[in-house]
Amino acid sequence: MAASDAPFIFIALIAPFLAAVAAPALTRVLGHWAALPLALVPAGIFAFFCRALGDVAGGQAFTGGYLWVPSFNVSYSWLIDGLSLTFVLLISGIGALILLYAGGYLKGHPQQGRFFSFILMFMGSMLGVVVSDSFLMLFIYWELTSITSFLLIGFDHSREASRRAAIQALVVTGGGGLALLAGLILVWNVTGVSTISLLIEYAPALKASPYYFAALLLILGGAFTKSAQFPFHFWLPNAMEAPTPVSAYLHSATMVKAGVFLLMRLQPAFGDTAPWETILPVFGGATLLAGTVIGLRQTDLKLMLAYTTVASLGLLVMMTGFGTPHALESAALYLVAHALFKGALFMVAGAVDHEAGTRDITRLGGLWRAMPVTFAAAMLAALSMGGLPPFLGFLAKEEVYEALAGGNPRAIAFTLAAVIGNGLMFALAFAVALKPFVGAERPLPGPHHGSEAGTEAGAPPSALPGTSPARGEIGQRHPPHIHEAPFLMLIGPVVLAISGLMAGIFSGAFHAAISAPMASAIAHEAREITISAIPHLSLPFALSLATIALGVIVYLLLDRAREAAAAALESIGWGPDQGFDQAMRGLIRGAHLVTTRIQAGRLETYIMVVFITIAAALLLPMAIFSEWPTWPAWPADAGFHELVIFAIAVIGLFAVVVAGDRLTAIVSLGIQGFSVAVIFMLYGAPDLAFTQFMVETLSVVILALVMTRLDLQPSDHRHGRELVKDAIIALACGVGFAALLLRAVQAPFNTSLTDFFNAWSKVVAHGSNVVNVIIVDFRGTDTLGEIAVVTITGLAILALIRIRGTGTVKPADNDPERSA
Amino acid sequence: MEGFMAIVVGIFFTVAIYLMLSQYIIRILLGVAILGNAVNMLLFIAGRVTREAPPIIGKGMETLPASAANPLPQALILTAIVISFSFFAFLLVLAYRAYQTLKTDDTQQMRLAEPEDASPPPLGY
Amino acid sequence: MDTSGTGRSARRGMDTLIFRTMAPYLTALMVLFSVFVLLRGHNEPGGGFIGGLIAASAFAILGIASGVSAVRRALWFDPITIAAAGLAASALAGIVSLFADVPFMTALWVFPNIFGTEVALSTPMLFDIGVYLVVTGAITAIALALEEREDD
Repeated sequence: MAASDAPFIFIALIAPFLAAVAAPALTRVLGHWAALPLALVPAGIFAFFCRALGDVAGGQAFTGGYLWVPSFNVSYSWLIDGLSLTFVLLISGIGALILLYAGGYLKGHPQQGRFFSFILMFMGSMLGVVVSDSFLMLFIYWELTSITSFLLIGFDHSREASRRAAIQALVVTGGGGLALLAGLILVWNVTGVSTISLLIEYAPALKASPYYFAALLLILGGAFTKSAQFPFHFWLPNAMEAPTPVSAYLHSATMVKAGVFLLMRLQPAFGDTAPWETILPVFGGATLLAGTVIGLRQTDLKLMLAYTTVASLGLLVMMTGFGTPHALESAALYLVAHALFKGALFMVAGAVDHEAGTRDITRLGGLWRAMPVTFAAAMLAALSMGGLPPFLGFLAKEEVYEALAGGNPRAIAFTLAAVIGNGLMFALAFAVALKPFVGAERPLPGPHHGSEAGTEAGAPPSALPGTSPARGEIGQRHPPHIHEAPFLMLIGPVVLAISGLMAGIFSGAFHAAISAPMASAIAHEAREITISAIPHLSLPFALSLATIALGVIVYLLLDRAREAAAAALESIGWGPDQGFDQAMRGLIRGAHLVTTRIQAGRLETYIMVVFITIAAALLLPMAIFSEWPTWPAWPADAGFHELVIFAIAVIGLFAVVVAGDRLTAIVSLGIQGFSVAVIFMLYGAPDLAFTQFMVETLSVVILALVMTRLDLQPSDHRHGRELVKDAIIALACGVGFAALLLRAVQAPFNTSLTDFFNAWSKVVAHGSNVVNVIIVDFRGTDTLGEIAVVTITGLAILALIRIRGTGTVKPADNDPERSA
Repeated sequence: MEGFMAIVVGIFFTVAIYLMLSQYIIRILLGVAILGNAVNMLLFIAGRVTREAPPIIGKGMETLPASAANPLPQALILTAIVISFSFFAFLLVLAYRAYQTLKTDDTQQMRLAEPEDASPPPLGY
Repeated sequence: MDTSGTGRSARRGMDTLIFRTMAPYLTALMVLFSVFVLLRGHNEPGGGFIGGLIAASAFAILGIASGVSAVRRALWFDPITIAAAGLAASALAGIVSLFADVPFMTALWVFPNIFGTEVALSTPMLFDIGVYLVVTGAITAIALALEEREDD
């Protein structure tokens, strides 16, 4: 990979969005087989970025991009180093498998095309998050993942539980995204840089800044909500309402890792400080324990996996912030291991649900004969999750213990938390991977193809060659409807489970290509990882044995442990999940309360508030700064005719106020209007006078046309206090405007604009009537907008008149329907 | 002269706003019509007034004489007059249609959009 | 024809023989005058807004005197169509400048010699004609719509 690859990187980053556009049409043509061509897109991205492995392993980092808003120093720029490359490979590689899996899982679903489209959009957003170098780009992609996950969780939007889970995920992760934005802007202001690659160089300045702690908290707000850290963990299990491919992809391998990714990405800039090494391990450790304990009480396969995911994310956050040697290395290893085994286990859970018709662990059993391949994949993944050699999970766990082990109280406390957490996760791993497959066969609901919604009922389960022999064989001894999952749904779990095994066996090559460059990128210095699958006697190995022992005990006593966990949780009774409902209800009730107070439905109140505000805005500044205008002198030069016109105008105004019938009101209104026209005429504005005359004439005509049908109250309805109150408000506004105008005319006059129009009107615009030249030439665009308003008003009036409340439409004379 | 005219403009505003504070729609309409004139006068006088010399450049001249009126507020007001007229017409028709449909010109009884006994919003998802 | 008593009496007041006879001629004169006001507007008092208002008043008067359908027949086009055409003309006057490689709304002038007289043609003039048509069309539409309801 070289600098000349920049256009290809850009294409790779937008390709998922393009595929998302094509997906619905493709699915309409190809049905569920559209998964194959669509999976080629992430597969291609995977292959393309594999080319960079060699260079990145050598310590290189690729940056590049395009200017976006140069004046604000905003760019579309990417940073591809060991960390982002690992994520890109996970996202695109698992993404390809998930697309295939979804092809089988949602086969025949009427909205399958939309599903492909959403998941590809999500893939594009997630790729954007991990390669972003620019803050703003990171934020936009970050929120895009929240939005696409909202769409995916709410995919089955006819169920209320789905809608609730989707809204919850959006509110929690989207809200966290806003905190992230605030944090990034704060960092931007403190350091003056807007890209992550530059920020790392400014780390000392950032850490010394008084805003460091605030920025850290805001960014953690984004990372903790996204990665479901306690106490924001509740949205992730609820998100299991989504179809299983979504759970396997977003909620184990990718999106929930975005928060961890962000912490790893910012580790060089924010890490190595006391707050960082306190907050992260404490919240991570709490999440680890809470996740495993709540996970124990679950009986639903997906929910058990969801809570172990919460726990694993807690472990990752804890290790990212632990700050001892090996800590970052263990986080890097565990992240990859988790993506592989958890993705596989989710797909297994989906396959079991798909074929057996239930995910309830107390009802499942004996499936291994019917689903041998699924069972094998499940076992491989569970061995990795349990941390047994030679799987990648074992390496990761050993590295975790290597980093945690120490003599001080902090190390002992966190080691204890990790042993308990890992032990419970071991038990849960085998509960998910073993319980449904072994033991006595149970009566089961049977397959529900295209499970989560509309299906092609009674369709042949699968006509694929890979599965048909097994089906034939088991058909004799087994309820005939339970059989191996279709081929498309087997590729994913098998490939991921075997990858976990291979990475553990060939750990040298894996460390060199993936985990060491990733750890180096997180630490921003060269790191090496040497751990291998060969057990060696040491403290970490002893801790591993303790973990396994604990896990086996809990597994054997699973039913009792479940009851104990349930009892413990019920004694607490309240959780943030109920808190979310209460907060949402409170929000709606509060909004309703505020609205009914402010929008009380009385026009009088609204108008009164407006004019009291205006009066205050006019009078208060003058009162506060004592800038009252001086009282005007009597205009000695005013001619008698001028004074008469003003007097007529004022008389007309008062006549309007006291008018008791329609005719008086119209005539009085006309009197003041025509007086204004005369005033314009007297003071050198013939154009205005002319226009005012015409407008007043037309106003009187249309008023007469309408008012003949409206009753004018014979006298002003207001009496007593109401009259005084309204009169005071009106008088305050009137005094305010008069004072404003007096101040304006008593200040020196700035003629620069007038001089401009005067100077150029004849010379450049060839017009002697300066007013007209301003209207049609100097300020022509303004006038264009104004005549558009006039046209729209005309249209609106026609619409109001022609659409009758009774439903009858009066056609115009030239209406074609009338002659028809 | 402008000082005296400012007082008259103040009276225009007072009357317009007093009418608009009424609860009967027809008085509000009259108030809106007068408010338009009040604002136009405000603009006109703020640009200073001169007597009887329109802003027209004479034959053979290239610029206005010093005594000519200020053209800028006139240009602003000219379009404002037409626009306020079209909005006045719109309000008039709106009021009339409301009167026809709701059988009242009392704004306190026009509660179609904001009913007094509005039910609280649903709390589900 | 008229359902409201007050409306009928108000109409009857204006509905004299002289008014009905004079109205078409008055309208024709006013429309002619409005075009004159429009065209001289660049150098003398006048312009598209005033001209448009005069023309709209003319049609409103004709509508009161001879009925709305007579005005619609005389206008040939629907008034709101006229307004839309005017808006299009004004927008076009701005867009023409783009083809001359100058910013939107920059005035362009030509002075062709027609029958020995130098005639000034310009995009501001086209713009002003657009303003005239918008004001005429929109306000005539409003006035006619209000007058027409008497026929309900």
